[in-house]
Amino acid sequence: MDLILVAVISLGAVGLIAAIILYVASKKFAVYEDPRNAQVAEVLPQANCGGCGFPGCAGFAEACVKAGSLEGKMCPVGGQETMDKIAAILGLQAEASEPKVAVVRCNGSCENRPRIVKYDGARSCKVAHATCAGETACAFGCLGCGDCVASCKFDAIHMNPETGLPEVDEAKCTACGACAKACPRVIIEIRPKGKNNRRVYVSCVNKDKGPVAMKACKVSCIACGKCVKECSFEAITVANNIAYIDPTKCRLCRKCETVCPKNAIVSVNFPPRKPKVETPETPASETQKAE
Amino acid sequence: MANRLIVSMSPHVHSNDTVERNMYGVVLALVPALLWSFYAYGVGALVVTLTSVCACIFFEWAITKFILKQESSTITDGSAILTGILLAFNLPSNLPVWIIVIGALVAIGIGKLTFGGLGCNPFNPALVGRVFLLISFPVQMTSWPIQGQHGLYLDAETAATPLALMKAAVKGDASSLSQLPSSWEMFIGADFGCVGEVSALALLLGLGYMLWKKIITWHIPVSILATVFVFTGIMHLVDPIVYASPVAHIFTGGIMLGAIFMATDYVTSPMSHKGMIVYGVAIGFLTVVIRLFGAYPEGMSFAILLMNAFTPLINTYCKPKRFGEVVKK
Amino acid sequence: MKTFRIGGVHPAENKLSASSAIEVLGLPKQAVYPLSQHIGAPAVACVAKGDVVKVGTKIADAGGFVSASIFSGVSGKVAKIDSIIDASGYRKPAIFIDVDGDEWEESIDRSEALVKECDLKPEEIVEKIKNAGVVGMGGACFPTHVKLCPPPGSKAECVIINAVECEPYLTADHRLMLEKPEEILVGVSLLMKAAKVEKGYIGIENNKPDAIKLMQEKATSYPGIEIIPLKVKYPQGGEKQLIDAVIGRQVPAPPAIPISVGAVVQNVGTAFAVYEAVMKNKPLFERIVTVTGKSVEKPSNFLTRMGTPISKLIDAAGGLPADTGKVIGGGPMMGKALVNTEVPICKGSSGVLIMNYKEARRGEARPCIRCAKCVNACPMGLEPFLLSTLTSFDEWERAEKEDIVSCIECGSCQFTCPSNRPLLDMIRLGKSTVMGIVRARSAK
Repeated sequence: MDLILVAVISLGAVGLIAAIILYVASKKFAVYEDPRNAQVAEVLPQANCGGCGFPGCAGFAEACVKAGSLEGKMCPVGGQETMDKIAAILGLQAEASEPKVAVVRCNGSCENRPRIVKYDGARSCKVAHATCAGETACAFGCLGCGDCVASCKFDAIHMNPETGLPEVDEAKCTACGACAKACPRVIIEIRPKGKNNRRVYVSCVNKDKGPVAMKACKVSCIACGKCVKECSFEAITVANNIAYIDPTKCRLCRKCETVCPKNAIVSVNFPPRKPKVETPETPASETQKAE
Repeated sequence: MANRLIVSMSPHVHSNDTVERNMYGVVLALVPALLWSFYAYGVGALVVTLTSVCACIFFEWAITKFILKQESSTITDGSAILTGILLAFNLPSNLPVWIIVIGALVAIGIGKLTFGGLGCNPFNPALVGRVFLLISFPVQMTSWPIQGQHGLYLDAETAATPLALMKAAVKGDASSLSQLPSSWEMFIGADFGCVGEVSALALLLGLGYMLWKKIITWHIPVSILATVFVFTGIMHLVDPIVYASPVAHIFTGGIMLGAIFMATDYVTSPMSHKGMIVYGVAIGFLTVVIRLFGAYPEGMSFAILLMNAFTPLINTYCKPKRFGEVVKK
Repeated sequence: MKTFRIGGVHPAENKLSASSAIEVLGLPKQAVYPLSQHIGAPAVACVAKGDVVKVGTKIADAGGFVSASIFSGVSGKVAKIDSIIDASGYRKPAIFIDVDGDEWEESIDRSEALVKECDLKPEEIVEKIKNAGVVGMGGACFPTHVKLCPPPGSKAECVIINAVECEPYLTADHRLMLEKPEEILVGVSLLMKAAKVEKGYIGIENNKPDAIKLMQEKATSYPGIEIIPLKVKYPQGGEKQLIDAVIGRQVPAPPAIPISVGAVVQNVGTAFAVYEAVMKNKPLFERIVTVTGKSVEKPSNFLTRMGTPISKLIDAAGGLPADTGKVIGGGPMMGKALVNTEVPICKGSSGVLIMNYKEARRGEARPCIRCAKCVNACPMGLEPFLLSTLTSFDEWERAEKEDIVSCIECGSCQFTCPSNRPLLDMIRLGKSTVMGIVRARSAK
């Protein structure tokens, strides 16, 4: 009997002391947190990808609440919908923004870009980039070790074993920008998705002079400037031996694609060209032949 | 050019050291103790060792293939064989096959592969298996057959081991220490205990081999043995009737096996020399505390497992001596 | 016998070309001079297309204090100043010279006679070294004159000559010591005078007993110079390891430099180049290059004009074997794998090593088994396994705390790893990233 009594009393005492300590601690060390932080965090995707530029979703929520304005803040994963929800919670105005997607600007597949050496180091693009120019003669193109694949939290980018290049799954890509940051050669660009998901872009980042780029890869941009002349909207510029199509100016006419002698300009999600459309464009195909 | 030149960062040469070379090196170092166990326990030792090794390899293969669905098999790297031998060495030679198989499953399945396989396990797999068995089957795990019954396996006659005698002395049986075999007998392995732990001589041969082949460094075994020796020596000086001599402590039970083969397990021991010594001293201390003051006669397995848990902490605080750290004029 | 105290490994020595005397290599058809052959600012071309140059004509000026001038090793006409694919495949600016004859600048003393007497002041010696474009010949290519001008507050106490040649295969320094011992010793005396010290040590590993014996004999007539035989252990040729081995002092972690413990370390090839620059007015435009490899027909040591393409050296050593897997500029532990063999010999090219396909392939990387062999091997007392993991998780702050910038990139960890992990690949990446972060922080 004694034993039981002692046990009950001692355990009870321990419990009581612990409870008091916990109570005091919870009062003394309480940190005030804006309840809206939790509300905002709730509507966020909780992927903690860092695409917004803040440390995780909680960080982004805190920043939104603190800032008092949603200017310049964007959750690329949740997109406009999520930002509208956050705006409603905080009583603020969400900025209009365009949906974006990651675009791989290199088309140097095994076929287009002959391999001249064999890289045998760590499977990391960053290491490969520091070791050598890569397996091909192109010192700017994709290295193919898949840092972008490893960085993607949404399973939206995968290596195509046939081409040795990464491919973006548009349905899954949230444009968080992790792959663009992971790529040591800045091949991946976060571009607006475009009307009906249609995009035209230069799929090459080779800054070498024309003849050098020409030798390295079948589909390299040689900065010939034909696309610049062809474009009626001044959307294309050539700098550092590389053409760039400004997505905000591009009207998706695809004329540049037809004049590019190296097929470095790529258009996606367009319906296939009808053969009869090509007949009025004879001047373009003529130049192509002349090249 | 016909061949594409290979490009990688330096170094361009390698020592040709491999995981296999190290694992099989340890296995080779265990051979003297294995032979002694066959000599001492005959068919019992053979059955226990074979069962344990085969079961470990089988579970490694089956789990990696069917549960983890790994493409390449890891059974050839020698780590499963090593776990099997070490587990067997920690079991009595009359243990039924089904208990050994359970031990192997726990060792490989829970001790190793749940954490991600070789290199990721926080606890020594063989010891996880052994301690699981020790707690689940205390009777079978603590009855050790007498040596020399070569043809007998399950029905071999058992008797109290030197460790049990030591424990009895601590508990108040003043005459029990006098029944201990001589130190020389315990050194070469004429006393009895688990399959692989009886012969200190055979285990020391293994240690010599591993040091020669640079598979391990001296830090862990020496620090464990020294701590046990010093600590038990002090206790022996305090009361020689209750506490056995340090020599007897070192040569009996699992201290040799533990210090040389179990505590030095690559994955679960600290990385720096300083850390290794801290780890070794702590294991030696805990072992003696359990032996002299705890409920179990033997404390090596528990001590090693406890310190395994502290290994990450030791790694964080015991850094190797950096170049130029101290010498500054 | 002395050696450094922490870590180290013992790669197979494979000094195949140790007994081949130095041969003079013929001239190439076209010589190429990259403008960035050294640590520091790239040189600035001071010739233009069509200019006629002689052997020893300056073709590029130093681009700053930590920089070095470049001299033509051939005579002929400047063909163009264009980009060339360097050892790693990236394009770098370079001067191309079409070779025509072999006409030397008149100021160069081409006689073989040994000149011992020198009555120049220390500053004048440094000036001459600077004007001859001498850089560290061991491979790092740090401009020599910079090392001889200690920063304010530090004082040199001794000159240590690195004649260790701890890289397997390479024998260029070994042959140089056997064939030009007196010149080297005069060079060392000049370096001692320039650094204003009384004491010079020449550290030689004891796998070169003939060189130790010869140098010891000759050194008796040079006051203050002592030959220190060292126990063979890689990376003894590392600057910090050598100082530890020879005078028993350890250079503290960066930003401390060898001069912090009073040592000026120079390569033995540099000592020879200093002799030629000061006594013979000969700027740095040729060097000794080992061409070796197990499958190479005739492992050799060549006296080569800089700018010569490596393919010419390989041809002279018996041609590129059919089973070649890797061509390495330098030694197997720290050398650079080349993407093509048209890369020219530069100031820092100590050797060309050809490995067959089987030797060249790395083993498959497997999970770390935490064997701690890399920790034991690291000569800097670092934890390579940890640094490589931290790098792969982008844990830069922690990596900095774990002294990643102390890594000397010797490769001992990766050499010894039983799991064939690309430890140094990752650590290099981490080290350069952390150094970038540190620089950005101090710039703020």
